[in-house]
Amino acid sequence: MARAFTPKVLTANRLIEGDVVYYGNNGDWVSSHDDALFLDDETQANELLAKSHKQADLLVGAYLADAILKDGKPVPTHFREEFRTRGPSNYEHGKQAEV
Amino acid sequence: MYSYNEFDKDFVQNRVHQFRAQVDRRVDGSLTEDEFKPLRLMNGLYLQLHAYMLRVAIPYGTLNSAKMRQLAYIADTWDKGYGHFTTRQNIQYNWPKLSDVPDMLQALADVDMHSIQTSGNCIRNVTADHFAGAAADEVEDPRPTAELLRQWSTDHPEFAFLGRKFKFAVTGSENDRAVIKAHDVGLRVLQNDAGEVGYEVLVGGGLGRTPMIGKVLREFLPREDLLPYCEAIMQIYNRLGRRDNKYKARIKITVHENGIEKIRELVEERFIIQRAAFGGYDQILFADIKQAFAAPDYDHINTDGYEASLKSDPAFRSFVDTNIAQHKNPDYAIVSISLKKHGDTPGDASSDQMRVMADLAEKYAHDELRISHEQNVILPHVHKSHIPTVYAELRKVGLATANIGLISDIIACPGMDYCALATARSIPIAQQIATRFEELKLEHDIGQLKIKISGCINACGHHHVGHIGILGLDRAGVENYQITLGGDGTQNATIGERAGPGFSYDEIIPAIERLIYAYLDLREAAVETFLETYRRLGAAPFKAALYPETRIAAE
Repeated sequence: MARAFTPKVLTANRLIEGDVVYYGNNGDWVSSHDDALFLDDETQANELLAKSHKQADLLVGAYLADAILKDGKPVPTHFREEFRTRGPSNYEHGKQAEV
Repeated sequence: MYSYNEFDKDFVQNRVHQFRAQVDRRVDGSLTEDEFKPLRLMNGLYLQLHAYMLRVAIPYGTLNSAKMRQLAYIADTWDKGYGHFTTRQNIQYNWPKLSDVPDMLQALADVDMHSIQTSGNCIRNVTADHFAGAAADEVEDPRPTAELLRQWSTDHPEFAFLGRKFKFAVTGSENDRAVIKAHDVGLRVLQNDAGEVGYEVLVGGGLGRTPMIGKVLREFLPREDLLPYCEAIMQIYNRLGRRDNKYKARIKITVHENGIEKIRELVEERFIIQRAAFGGYDQILFADIKQAFAAPDYDHINTDGYEASLKSDPAFRSFVDTNIAQHKNPDYAIVSISLKKHGDTPGDASSDQMRVMADLAEKYAHDELRISHEQNVILPHVHKSHIPTVYAELRKVGLATANIGLISDIIACPGMDYCALATARSIPIAQQIATRFEELKLEHDIGQLKIKISGCINACGHHHVGHIGILGLDRAGVENYQITLGGDGTQNATIGERAGPGFSYDEIIPAIERLIYAYLDLREAAVETFLETYRRLGAAPFKAALYPETRIAAE
């Protein structure tokens, strides 16, 4: 039996810069996980993922990552995705230092 | 050191042009990512968690000042001002932009460097003893052999699409500092009873998911048979190696499943055919290569300043105690520069630090540098009279940490701070262990101890051969760290034994602390190392220290 769908955000890296991005509330690709579109509908999630594969001139490695809603904002459920929201934890550099 | 000839230069330059065109075609949409990915990987360009990563080959870990300065220039111009030296003696840049990579490759080509074959199922960068050419205990400098293998394996059409990646390591010493027994093929230069120089050939070593110690395939291989013999090994692997399962595709599994006797029989049979195809030109080439690695023109000056500093400066004496190794020339020493300052990221060097190391190499070390698989930098030929100056200059840029071989000299893979394959973080564990034992001021009392940390089962951090190995895993969405004990990466190579259940991120540092206190209680004398105590007593008392609650339950 297929696993039950759990809510997601759509994420990828920018083709040129390599930066982590999310498919945003506004329909653009955004840097902040806070602004990611929370996808609790499986069909919509899959459609957006399929659409992102056609944006090969902008993106690389798109996939759906688990998230939950907390205080109205999507939050990653796995530590890997949490690291991707801010950058390496050994010292402050990467995205967290740029925001 | 070896300088590129016209052939090498043309080849590398052509690859830069080729890759520039490939990037253009990816950006303009002519190539899909599926088409582009194998092309970028052939040039060492990965996509990691937060950004791309460019892995640059440092053949057998050897650099000169011009190359090191160029690595610093690349870090400043196209990355974040630092580089990460790896357990395969390479350097990785963690933040390149795709559109800048062709310029980075051009900058590398300008100093005879590249990132070819630092990824993919091909023969990777050939590694060697980081004390090569300087070690007092060496039969011969292993680098000419490594360079011959580099030339043979670079763009070798027959071995460009193997079942899996393939790694060679070479040492010229009985004391193995290149972990040759954990490589697909390990070579040790040795002399036979007749005084002829040749190779002991090991095959089927490797760490990762299924750790194996390499087995002796040939006890003595005459020098001139090296390439045909290696070609025979590759051909037998290409034929027998499994392609149905990625996790069973390395030659260690081929050797394990077929048995060393059968592999030997097939290799020897094939070798006869391959040998006939070699007309001896490789040996002419080898003679030329050897000249490029001639010993430096040693200085003949006295060592008085060195002796005086040893007497007057305790901090310098401490540095000498840990970071200096014996050179074949008694007036010289090998200086190891630790990239493991307590609390810093193991293997990282800033561009400023790279330039200082380049300057010191140029002024005081016959223009030579080495990168060790232990993620440190070596000045292989320093006249003893210059060591106090070298030490003083290193101190100014945070590079004089006196901890080589001690508990804070930890190998750590990039782990989940950077790597897309990682299942847990490695670097913060290394940082915390180093910082904790610095606070406790126990490091020098503990003595020789190798801790090695990997952030996934692929074992880039060599945890299986750490005296204490730490493997970071994802257990139900939480970082979890398994400890192995008693591993050894030397000529007495041993795979560490798993101690028991893993520890959480918050529990792992206290667990290591318990382990160390147990060792300090158990050792017979201060000179007995952790590994010696472990070998004398076995795992039981260490497990009891790691899992005190189990011991209480058993009582």
